[in-house]
Amino acid sequence: MRQLFSGNEAIARGAWEAGVKTAFGYPGTPSTEILENFARYPDVYAEWSPNEKVALEAAVGASLAGARSFVTMKHVGLNVAADPLMTLSYIGVRAGLLIVVADDPGQHSSQTEQDTRHYARLAKVPIVEPGHAGECREYMIRAFELSEKYCCPVILRTTTCVSHSRFLTDTAERQEHPFPPFAPNPSQYVPLPVWGRKLRVKIEERLDAQVADNAADLAWHREFTRQSDLGIISSGVTALHCLDVFPEATILKLGWSWPFPDDLLRAFAAKVKRLIVIEEGDPILEEHVRALGLEAEGKNVVPRTGELTPARLALVKAALEGQDANLPAPLPSAADLPTRPPILCAGCPHRGIFYALAQFDVVVTGDIGCYSLGVFPPLSRTDVVLCMGGGFTMAHGMTKAGETRPVVGIVGDSTFFHSGITGLLNIVYNRSPATCIVVDNRTTAMTGHQEHPGTGCTLQGEKTASASIEAIARACGVTRIQVVNPYDIAETTRALKEELSAQEPSLIISRAPCILKEKKAIGKPYAIEPQKCKNCRACLKLGCPAIEAADKRTKPTINPQLCTGCSMCAQVCRFDAISS
Amino acid sequence: MNRNIVLCGVGGQGILLSAKIIASAAELTGFEVTTHEIHGMAQRGGSVTAQIRYGRNVHSPLILEGQADVLASLEACEALRFGHYLRPGGLAVVSSQRLIPVTVSTGQARYPENLDKRLQQAFPRLILRDFCALASGLGDVRMSNTIMLGALAAELAEITTETWNEAIKLCLKPAFLNSNLAAFQAGAKA
Ligand code: SF4
Ligand code: SF4
Repeated sequence: MRQLFSGNEAIARGAWEAGVKTAFGYPGTPSTEILENFARYPDVYAEWSPNEKVALEAAVGASLAGARSFVTMKHVGLNVAADPLMTLSYIGVRAGLLIVVADDPGQHSSQTEQDTRHYARLAKVPIVEPGHAGECREYMIRAFELSEKYCCPVILRTTTCVSHSRFLTDTAERQEHPFPPFAPNPSQYVPLPVWGRKLRVKIEERLDAQVADNAADLAWHREFTRQSDLGIISSGVTALHCLDVFPEATILKLGWSWPFPDDLLRAFAAKVKRLIVIEEGDPILEEHVRALGLEAEGKNVVPRTGELTPARLALVKAALEGQDANLPAPLPSAADLPTRPPILCAGCPHRGIFYALAQFDVVVTGDIGCYSLGVFPPLSRTDVVLCMGGGFTMAHGMTKAGETRPVVGIVGDSTFFHSGITGLLNIVYNRSPATCIVVDNRTTAMTGHQEHPGTGCTLQGEKTASASIEAIARACGVTRIQVVNPYDIAETTRALKEELSAQEPSLIISRAPCILKEKKAIGKPYAIEPQKCKNCRACLKLGCPAIEAADKRTKPTINPQLCTGCSMCAQVCRFDAISS
Repeated sequence: MNRNIVLCGVGGQGILLSAKIIASAAELTGFEVTTHEIHGMAQRGGSVTAQIRYGRNVHSPLILEGQADVLASLEACEALRFGHYLRPGGLAVVSSQRLIPVTVSTGQARYPENLDKRLQQAFPRLILRDFCALASGLGDVRMSNTIMLGALAAELAEITTETWNEAIKLCLKPAFLNSNLAAFQAGAKA
């Protein structure tokens, strides 16, 4: 039966059909729904691990113990899991192991644009790139076979467009793949140099075999034969866009995209008069095609950055033909529209801590999560964001460099467990006076409310131990710890004042559940009494989307459909004009 | 023939559910279907768009600017923002509801005043109604999205009313079914 699956749902389905027993991951847009969907299938184990490195290492253990396994993460997550990946390529797998990585060309929800194919080449493992949900399912099944054939992990790369587009997808029954139990084999699984050097040589032999295999195994690739004037080599969803935008071109869509199917590339090039490689991300395939001695165009006309949308491909086509693309431009009457950037939700607990922080002259090193949005006006209270865990560690470095203002490092609760703890440990160990804040909203909010080690609940909905941020901080040696309710602005401001002046490491835990998750915390909406309101606009400094003011002359009003009754605006109004 | 439909609005308005219903109706009619969703980082308050393509020969899930048969928006400003997706002769279905973004409330931007006029100039074929008010009249503002579907359904003549009802049934919880079927009808008459 066919179902309308998103790419992520189809990956989960394919994994289940392939007999996967165990799956691990860390949430990250656009990959998150894969594991959430997989966890709902019968006879499987799935978990949110504290971070991607833990997830991959756990999957390696599971594969060695004989369970088909996969891990999920977004592209930057693979940076965290890169260490085990490199050695995994040496020791190899027993039961199939897939690393499912979602790239985000165009940076819809990411700090960087990264092409995961580089990691495949760096780790010397195969990578496959489905273009739509049907292929997501099919490639999962086939990639497990590939992984077991070569005893190596395989990366399956999606992009945001693949993960979040829906296509009608075939489904089939689950096939079990039992493996004998783990048997020690140190020369294979313990890469001490004496054995590691031998494994290193084997990797190259494996790659040579894969190059030949990939060119021969045509089920991975699709050729759409049309006219021979222009030939396009592409992969993933980009190839699908090309099918629409270049109706006359002959197109080779690669499914197993590294190691490259050299013979196939040569044969295709021979069939067409003019060859262009159209790839989203870096010119990895294009450079290889040229290295094979084939004449090809590519990034001379194809954009190097961003998502290759049909519109941008239409521009490529126009450039190739020396013509005008004739694409409609945005409407002239849309030129002065107000933007609608992402913002902290109405009643978001993070608003309280950022509003309080805005009262002080401090440097704020932030982190990845909804609270990155604290950078936007009117709160404007984040100065730098680097990576998961960087909120604490950068604060440490700033104090060591002699920054004269107090330095505040912010991480979220999920981020604290992901990679914040080591940063806190370093602050204590190496004695920095940084003020650390964990904005603890009891969930991984940005990616859609996933559980984490502090929530007391597993991905599969079972009760479990709930790690205490306070106890971990105390164990690291932090002695100054305050827990504040961020909805209480006066109390939060007082705690900040105390800790900012402390000359030793200190931790503030700003704790209140995410309002989008804890719907029962939503109270009666507040309203502004127009008679009492002096239009001083103090409440607008909260940046709450429920408080609307069409222009400067109009007194603000509260949209009762958006207001969650958090009371913060009532606390900041000096004229007592706001009440519930 | 492929059909291209662009939906837009603001997070929380139910755009994604509307996309699901259209896709389901197209699938029930026997077409190949693909949908695509873009939602910003935050779940509420940001611009949200969804694209639906169906027909006999669908490849890319993304619609090229200037090729949408229908552009439907639950917010007046957002319709203009995505207006260039509509093909010449295509139909715009727009709710006159205005949602003031924080950028306006905090004085960083202005919300345009003459929106109705701008919409009429931009879209020769325009259905402009206050779906939000209509939905409130039917007892639940959250049904604006279903009213909008009713308003655009006639343009997609290849999908029958029975099929629309069937699709709504598939996509909604039974408790909301009857009110939404009524909302769909109200939209068709609007
Ligand atoms: S803070 Fe109070 S007086 Fe000032 S604009 Fe807001 S509601 Fe009016
Ligand atoms: S009480 Fe005030 S600050 Fe809180 S959600 Fe409502 S309008 Fe926004």
